[in-house]
Amino acid sequence: MTTENLRRTSLYEAHKKAGGRLVPFAGFEMPVQYTGIVDEHTAVRTAAGLFDVSHMGELELRGQHAAAVVDYLVTNDVSKLGDGQALYTCACNEQGTILDDLIIYRAAAERFLIVCNASNHAKISAHFKQAADHHCDYEDRTDATALIALQGPKAFDVLARAGSDAAKLVELKSFHFRDAVIANVKTTAARTGYTGEDGVEIFCAWNDAPALWEQLLELGKDLGLKPAGLGARDTLRLEARLSLYGNDIDETTNPLEAGLGWVTKLGKASDFIGKAALTEIKSKPLARRLVGFEVTGRGIARHGYPLRDLEGKEVGITTSGSPCPTVGKNLGLGYLPTPMTEVGTKFFVDCRGKNIDAVVVATPFYKRISK
Amino acid sequence: MSDFPETLKYTKDHEWAKVDGKRVTVGITKFAVEQLGDITLVNFDAKVGDTVTAGKTFGTIESVKTLSDLFAPIDGKIVDINKELDGKPELVNEDCYGKAWMVVIEATGDLSDLLEVGAYAAIVKAAG
Repeated sequence: MTTENLRRTSLYEAHKKAGGRLVPFAGFEMPVQYTGIVDEHTAVRTAAGLFDVSHMGELELRGQHAAAVVDYLVTNDVSKLGDGQALYTCACNEQGTILDDLIIYRAAAERFLIVCNASNHAKISAHFKQAADHHCDYEDRTDATALIALQGPKAFDVLARAGSDAAKLVELKSFHFRDAVIANVKTTAARTGYTGEDGVEIFCAWNDAPALWEQLLELGKDLGLKPAGLGARDTLRLEARLSLYGNDIDETTNPLEAGLGWVTKLGKASDFIGKAALTEIKSKPLARRLVGFEVTGRGIARHGYPLRDLEGKEVGITTSGSPCPTVGKNLGLGYLPTPMTEVGTKFFVDCRGKNIDAVVVATPFYKRISK
Repeated sequence: MSDFPETLKYTKDHEWAKVDGKRVTVGITKFAVEQLGDITLVNFDAKVGDTVTAGKTFGTIESVKTLSDLFAPIDGKIVDINKELDGKPELVNEDCYGKAWMVVIEATGDLSDLLEVGAYAAIVKAAG
């Protein structure tokens, strides 16, 4: 496997030191695991985990018309955001299928930050840059920005030890963000995440990330904080039924069938790319839907495995699947014809030629008990 | 770091073989286990009495992250299968050279293609 053209985040040496196994991911060498996926997954559910997600893209749009440009490119309603508030959204093409899923942060009325998937960075940066042209300032801040996620029930206990400003981050509301000094590092902290746990995602300057990372790990060590890799990130997000671009959603799927109708605001004041197509799609019953399922037979559903009805006819496809450590079951997400999406519907997952029993279950598979 | 007992023979597919006359016990190496991570399922497609061919699959092993084939290291007939792995796949992580043996094959052919520990360790080193 060639690693020549792969990029490294500023935490590369820290990952090596922590025993991380680095693998190619979206053009970067990223840690897939350190101590083991189950161990790291469990640390995030019971204590806390620290993730390097610096590979993700950060775009900034500034100016009087920045809000209008962003609102035109995404399905959710950006006009509803106040300063220091963020939202999850899709960006669609004219056909109403998904270019990427994003978080939009409104820093000020005329300043927006967009975080996109690393795998879509080239596509999304070009898309936003083109839309911004002649309307507002556009800056790709990906190379200057590191992103560290601190997630888990002990996340704010760790922050309580990271200085007086960091200690107050516990007051931040969900999907809100602000500038914060954490362990003497200037950051922007957002109460967001991709694990189903409480926590923050912390932006800082590219070269400040190693100091922040090391200090947080040291401060949280006796609380059970551990570095966690992409493997645990995937099992954690699956249990929480958070979509993964390239697996559950892509340019062949629309937000309505993917269960992302809640971020698709067809009635918002602004027109947006994909609105006409999505309005048309919504006017008719959906042919298929993304559902959660449990594999009840002996097997593990993996991305791309066909789904079959009880007659053996291929009717759908697995988009994500894995053994899920906290739930303790083999779970998956997949598209099934709408009549087969009721909870309790039985079907087969075709695991490399073998029909394995599965059943539609309610999602999220895991939900934390809120305090 | 991976360890490879000197008393065993190996294959390039990261299986080990304990040769006792014609009876050959087969499992996967520590290196394979480390690559796979947390093992969650061991599936034997072959059953006792089935004939297997060197380099052909007799089952699959799955971890949280991925699926991998299990390859027969030699030609022969399966005479025993480790049923305990059905309910306790984690034994592969805990004791891959002991409790997590997978099958016993009665060899019908030549065993000379199996690798000595030195040759196998060199393959692992190149892969790492």
